[in-house]
Amino acid sequence: MPPILELRGITKRFPGVLANDHIDLTLNQGEIHALLGENGAGKTTLMNVLYGLYHPDEGEIMVRDKPIRITSPRDAIAQGIGMVHQHFMLIPVFTVTENVMLGDESITNGVVLDRKKVAGEIRELSTKYGLEVNPTLYIKDISVGIQQRVEIIKLLYRKADILILDEPTAVLTPQEADDLFQVLRNLKARGNSIIFITHKLREVLALADRITVLRLGKVVGSTEPKNTNSAELARMMVGRSVILSVDKEAAKPKDVVLNVQNLVVRDERHSIAINDVSFQVRAGEVLGIAGVQGNGQTELAQALTGLRHVESGRVTVLGHETTHATPRQLFELDVAHVPEDRQQDGLVMSFPVEDNLVLNEYYRPPFAKGIVLNFDEIEKAAAERVREFDVRTPSIFVKTANLSGGNQQKVIVAREFTGPIKLLIASQPTRGLDVGSIEYIHKRIVEKRDAGAAVLLVSNELDEIMSLSDRIAVMYKGQIIDTVNAAETTKEALGLLMAGVHGDGKTPALQPQTPEQKAETHHQ
Amino acid sequence: MAEATASSISKPVKTPAPRASAWRDILNTLTIPVLAIFTALIVSGFIIAFTAPTVLTLLPNFWEHPFQLIGAMWDTVITAYAALLQGAFGDWGAILAGFQEWIATGDATDLFRALRDPFESLVAATPYIFTGLAVAVGFKGGLFNIGVEGQLFAGAIASAWVGFNIEGLPWFIHLPLALLAGLLAGAVWAGIAGVLKATRGVNEVINTIMLNYIMFLFTDWLLSESGPMRGSAGAPRTPEIYPSAYLPRVLPDPVRFHWGFFLAVGAVFFVYWFLWKTTVGFEIRTVGASPTAAKYAGIAVGRIFVLTMGLSGSLAGLAGANELLGLNHYMVAAFSPGYGFDAIALALLGKSNPFGVLASALLFGALRNGATRMQSLASVPVDIISVMQALIIAFIAAPEIVRWIYRLRVPTQKEQEVFARGWGG
Repeated sequence: MPPILELRGITKRFPGVLANDHIDLTLNQGEIHALLGENGAGKTTLMNVLYGLYHPDEGEIMVRDKPIRITSPRDAIAQGIGMVHQHFMLIPVFTVTENVMLGDESITNGVVLDRKKVAGEIRELSTKYGLEVNPTLYIKDISVGIQQRVEIIKLLYRKADILILDEPTAVLTPQEADDLFQVLRNLKARGNSIIFITHKLREVLALADRITVLRLGKVVGSTEPKNTNSAELARMMVGRSVILSVDKEAAKPKDVVLNVQNLVVRDERHSIAINDVSFQVRAGEVLGIAGVQGNGQTELAQALTGLRHVESGRVTVLGHETTHATPRQLFELDVAHVPEDRQQDGLVMSFPVEDNLVLNEYYRPPFAKGIVLNFDEIEKAAAERVREFDVRTPSIFVKTANLSGGNQQKVIVAREFTGPIKLLIASQPTRGLDVGSIEYIHKRIVEKRDAGAAVLLVSNELDEIMSLSDRIAVMYKGQIIDTVNAAETTKEALGLLMAGVHGDGKTPALQPQTPEQKAETHHQ
Repeated sequence: MAEATASSISKPVKTPAPRASAWRDILNTLTIPVLAIFTALIVSGFIIAFTAPTVLTLLPNFWEHPFQLIGAMWDTVITAYAALLQGAFGDWGAILAGFQEWIATGDATDLFRALRDPFESLVAATPYIFTGLAVAVGFKGGLFNIGVEGQLFAGAIASAWVGFNIEGLPWFIHLPLALLAGLLAGAVWAGIAGVLKATRGVNEVINTIMLNYIMFLFTDWLLSESGPMRGSAGAPRTPEIYPSAYLPRVLPDPVRFHWGFFLAVGAVFFVYWFLWKTTVGFEIRTVGASPTAAKYAGIAVGRIFVLTMGLSGSLAGLAGANELLGLNHYMVAAFSPGYGFDAIALALLGKSNPFGVLASALLFGALRNGATRMQSLASVPVDIISVMQALIIAFIAAPEIVRWIYRLRVPTQKEQEVFARGWGG
């Protein structure tokens, strides 16, 4: 049987970069084909070519043995190719049904939307593939895992039978990821073909029928799960042996550096995002904050770094009152912050690398004398930091936007990790980075810990939390549901906590409040 | 299965060295503005041709005498543009003759009469330089100051007040004092919008527009019959300022060229130095490029909003002071022909760079000045210059049109500048 989809010699150049270099890929009907590679390996570029968002410079695409031209996502859909993007394309204030029919509306009497008919089709698809979804709910009211199902249903509704999923597990809890895998297996059993893009080895081995590894825009090799293991896949991806776990000694915690008491913080919509949270971080230890995205971790990091107003509670750093401290006051207390959104908060993308390397420190000697900037000193320090932190950039004068994501993050790390830091607040420090950069940044974080810094690590990557942290606090609905010792816990136990279930699986999600806490909440 | 080679992972991505492409960058930056001006001249040429009576009378007979019509169009446009050029850059034959006469007889009257036109272009450019800088500073700080016109009025009123109320000061005290008054008045008037944005989050676009109206009406009241600044001349204007507050002329009559021009050029260098070489300038540019990153970096974003507006307003105020102390010497109701609004176009044309603004202001000054001559010699209305300016801006704002006309390649990297976040924010 001929392959349902075949890419032959796809080449895509960007100025200065060969993003895809003569890539061949075949997808057979009814298989799950994993596309594995680091960030920047060319996976997403390749899929955007297939989805009509980029035009390849060379090569051809064959669908069902016929050469075709795809110039827009609409063409792709017409050929039965559908894509679930990393960031969902859903409208929060529309219902599931409305989102599914958007752009392909079913209409009665010429003008009236036929929601009932579409809802019926959604129910049919739901039962057929085990995609439980209530079509009448609003997107904003359903969990991320269910939203992803809606994205898949959108494609099935448009009769797509070649599905591309771009890093689909990035936003899911381990349990939700397992559910997704089950859905994908059902889809496969019904004859659909799936391309699964990921950089997570575990998922590839658990799910894929075949694996193609990309590195630096080229196909490094194809294999099957039964013929390989994670160490070998990692080596193919990175091009050298990788240490998959972080090498670190047991923590030697000393004095309390960060002390958080009864913290209450509101989000943009003024609803409570952090509800009465207390914890401490000591010098020489890493406290990991785990949790499914959107359970208050972002707001916690923002509140502790002076970027979000603290409603009530108290925060101290080394005994200094910092509840309402500004980012600069915290910086002067030697608090370093790796922000969650590096392009939005951590960097000024249109500035040269050198400016970003002194973004927090430009105002004081030796970088400034009075109000005049000293560019000799700035350039000297920037060159030094680029060298020490191995930032790959043609020069320190290059616009930061032109660096790869990993190198952008290294610019932030180089800036924040320079100097005698006492407290490090790192939010998603390796999100979207390649294995090499992750390894590097992890090493640096452990170095800072061993040098006596207190580290608060906020991450959605459970693997990262588990390998770096000494203690792990799990957040659920704005509260710390439990704090566990990293050495003694398991991924499954954490997964349950992240879903709001206590370790024994019986206790209700949230601890009942003590009378004092209740009184305090009522005060506000 | 292909065996993975043991090379290092992240080979540096090949990017051209930055220094080598510096010249190409400059060339790339200039391409669109130059082509925009060129295209605007061509399109305006057609407008000039098709509004000329000679051409219009020939139009019905186009099919019988097509070349007659085309010839007439050509003549009209050439005459108009020749007059424009002569008005803008002077009649060099007359200048030469005047120079010879001065050498021969020692009488420089004709020389200075001939020199009036080219220097008048610089006189016309001066308020454009100040106001263009005012808007550009706002853009650099991520703010859209539409209130430059009102701040210009504020500056002119304040320096007029100092100019005619204080008598007996030596010029080296009176003139700086009058300039300073103009500068401060502009800064305060713009600062109001800055404070409102910083403390209450009010959009500066709306605010500065409203402040314009207040200032225009305030001026009308000051100069009204019972107004406190009305002069005795019987017209809606202030008394004349004392000569000790005049910005002195550089050359004798009738050349009106005065020291304000050098003040404006000085302001260009100052703004460049301030924005790119000082910590405060770094903060302004950071806030302009990314307010969230600025906040993260410990910059007091609200304070920078106020400061940026203050700086922008002080430049606008200086524009008003410059016109008043250098040319008019008294304040009238319709004091400015809209320098503050043209300035937005100027800042866009100059890509918010101080030197770009200087170049654009010189161009606009020359066009404005040349237009007067074009009207008298070729009977082309002065308003065509507004059309031309509008076309230049339209082409600058929509570079796709220019690229399409000249079949230019799209720039490889996203080079779009974020001028202001005021819109819809």
